[in-house]
Amino acid sequence: MRFGKNIFYYRSYNVAIYVGLAAKGGGLLSEPILAVKGLKTTFYTDDGQVPAVDGVDFSVRAGEILGIVGESGCGKSVTSLSIMRLVSAPGKIVDGRIVFNGEDITHASEKRMRQIRGDEMAMIFQEPMTSLNPVLTIGQQLVEAIRIHRKTSKREAEAQAAEWLKLVGLPRPKDLLKSYPHQLSGGMRQRVMIAMAMVCGPKVLIADEPTTALDVTIQKQILNLMKKLNRETGTAIILITHDLGVVAEMCDRVIVMYAGKVVEEGPVKAIFKNPAHPYTKGLLASVPDLRNRKKRLYSIPGNVPKPGEITNGCPFHPRCEWAMDRCRGSLPEWAALGAGHRARCFLHDMKDGIAPGKGESHGGTAVNR
Amino acid sequence: MPEPLHASKAGKGREDGRDQKAAVGRTVTASQTVPAIVRCKIRKRGERMLAYSIRRMIALIPVLIGMSLIVFGIIRAIPGDPALAILGQKATPESLEQLRRSLGLDKPWYYQYFSYVKDLLSGDLGTSIRSGAPISREIWPHLAATIELSFVAMLIAVVVGINLGILSAWKQNSAIDVISMVIALVGVSMPVFWLGLVEQWAFSIKLGWLPSIGRDDIRDPVAAITHIYLLDTLLSGRLDQFWEVVRHLVLPSIALATIPMAIIARMTRSSMLEVLRSDYIRTARAKGQKMVWVVYKHALKNAFIPVLTVIGLQSGLLLGGAILTETIFGWPGIGSYIYDAIQFRDYPVIQSGILIIALMFVLVNLIVDLLYAVFDPRIKYK
Repeated sequence: MRFGKNIFYYRSYNVAIYVGLAAKGGGLLSEPILAVKGLKTTFYTDDGQVPAVDGVDFSVRAGEILGIVGESGCGKSVTSLSIMRLVSAPGKIVDGRIVFNGEDITHASEKRMRQIRGDEMAMIFQEPMTSLNPVLTIGQQLVEAIRIHRKTSKREAEAQAAEWLKLVGLPRPKDLLKSYPHQLSGGMRQRVMIAMAMVCGPKVLIADEPTTALDVTIQKQILNLMKKLNRETGTAIILITHDLGVVAEMCDRVIVMYAGKVVEEGPVKAIFKNPAHPYTKGLLASVPDLRNRKKRLYSIPGNVPKPGEITNGCPFHPRCEWAMDRCRGSLPEWAALGAGHRARCFLHDMKDGIAPGKGESHGGTAVNR
Repeated sequence: MPEPLHASKAGKGREDGRDQKAAVGRTVTASQTVPAIVRCKIRKRGERMLAYSIRRMIALIPVLIGMSLIVFGIIRAIPGDPALAILGQKATPESLEQLRRSLGLDKPWYYQYFSYVKDLLSGDLGTSIRSGAPISREIWPHLAATIELSFVAMLIAVVVGINLGILSAWKQNSAIDVISMVIALVGVSMPVFWLGLVEQWAFSIKLGWLPSIGRDDIRDPVAAITHIYLLDTLLSGRLDQFWEVVRHLVLPSIALATIPMAIIARMTRSSMLEVLRSDYIRTARAKGQKMVWVVYKHALKNAFIPVLTVIGLQSGLLLGGAILTETIFGWPGIGSYIYDAIQFRDYPVIQSGILIIALMFVLVNLIVDLLYAVFDPRIKYK
């Protein structure tokens, strides 16, 4: 494995082994590398407080790919920026804990955060067209990413940068180092972004809708590249997307977010086969199904509420067709559904809930896996 | 078919192949705008830039022709007879007629214009009526004095203005931001002559720290070599005189720097605010880069482009429009040279002075245009 050898180049030997083992061990046994508990991020705007992220819990294990799905404006991006501690004013983390690699970084100093960012935790963004600095060469930007965290000579860093460009599948890396972002296409730029995020061998890579701005064939290539890097380096990936097809293909586990809250969490198979929360069902039902083209495409009635708009009960109740009185009264607790699968919905509250039958709703299993 | 500048070989995926086709397409169009003789040789960015610079300079020729026409026209449109101005009220009609003939004023205007341009091209700016000396020789010491003063003033304006702008954008809405913007507002609205007089009153008369008038100590004048005294004193190894020249420069250059400084600070702030919100700044922070470097390395280079335009315009204005400051501080620059010429109705000097100022303005803007290409790699060399 060419890639496997290269990895020793960039990180210390034992870390590579550790991460490699963790990746192989996978699943439930390994410790979470990142745990988010009750995270609340609020924006203090002129029109009042906007709780963009409102009590989010989840954890990421070493080497796994976790998907975060939800419609636009449900707080996915703010969650990821909060983890990186990059939420800028007027936004602020007001509550909760972020534990990374056993260290509580919720209130870590800016200096400590700078050490973590780009080294142990890296991020790629939605817009490859605007995420690279237009007036610096690809080489300058990659070398910078290496030399912030590693004491290497410029020449050594350039060699590593070129090596990484090759690893993310870009041709003629030596020439590419000298070119500027505007000379590259969107797909190439996103590869550069991935290379830039991976140069220091992070433990966690946060990918905020990395393929949304790309066209379909290139989306596929970028996703395959990320999957390959995940398998070969053991870097855990948090994949933020609104595309359920991407989730089905990439992720080990999924969390579903709605209006700043996590409403369902579970292994990808369980969620696709057996969606528990009405919102998840709705999302799955809105995926076009090639086998049933006559059926009108389902869409969840209503719009995503603005953050902070719904203050009482379950945030989904105004759009939910199973909404009951108690849904308007209080936020449902987690209902365990087995094997790491849980949902915040009264329908699964064993006391007096009536769980809707499996798959009978709007074709929740319609997604082609 | 010209060879593409960045010929790319087959990429890995379908995506790359397509990218490169697009990239090749772009570069070919870029290279086609380059003259055919140069095209085949151009490979590197540096060479392309040289060709671009040469083309920009060629494009200056029509501007220069227009400039000379306007200056020529303005002087002829001013009422009054140059011959009468030279000889005075008591001249006889015969001597006036004779002088007109010897000056070529009896010839048609286009003949006069061409002989004027011919003289200009051979470096002859005419003769000063007042002193009788050739203007081309007389004007340089004044021009050098103005260049020296404007350069120092612009240096102050750029360094202070950009940092003030960066600071207030970085710490937006903080006390630093408010204070810097108040300084900028005061700076832009304060009349230069008033500031100059206040400076003289405070720092020379009351405190006695700095000289208020002239370029050097008149008891120990600088031996002129290039007429740029900062250079001359260094060339002749007189560090004591160099220090004296610096002391003389302080007050006028600060007075002159205030307005451009304020304008640059405001421009930098607004440009910087926009850049600091962009995605690549977030990327740089996500890499773990220090904010100081994010601001000065990633943001400034992007935010600098509109600021450069302002710097260019302001430098041009300083080179020509420093008459007030030069008069107050007794600075023997081109502004006071023209001012004196106007008092004596020395038409050839006025004409040449205006031409030189216009020329400086055009040259500064040429330099700014060339600098754009240095700062922004996206600018195509058309």
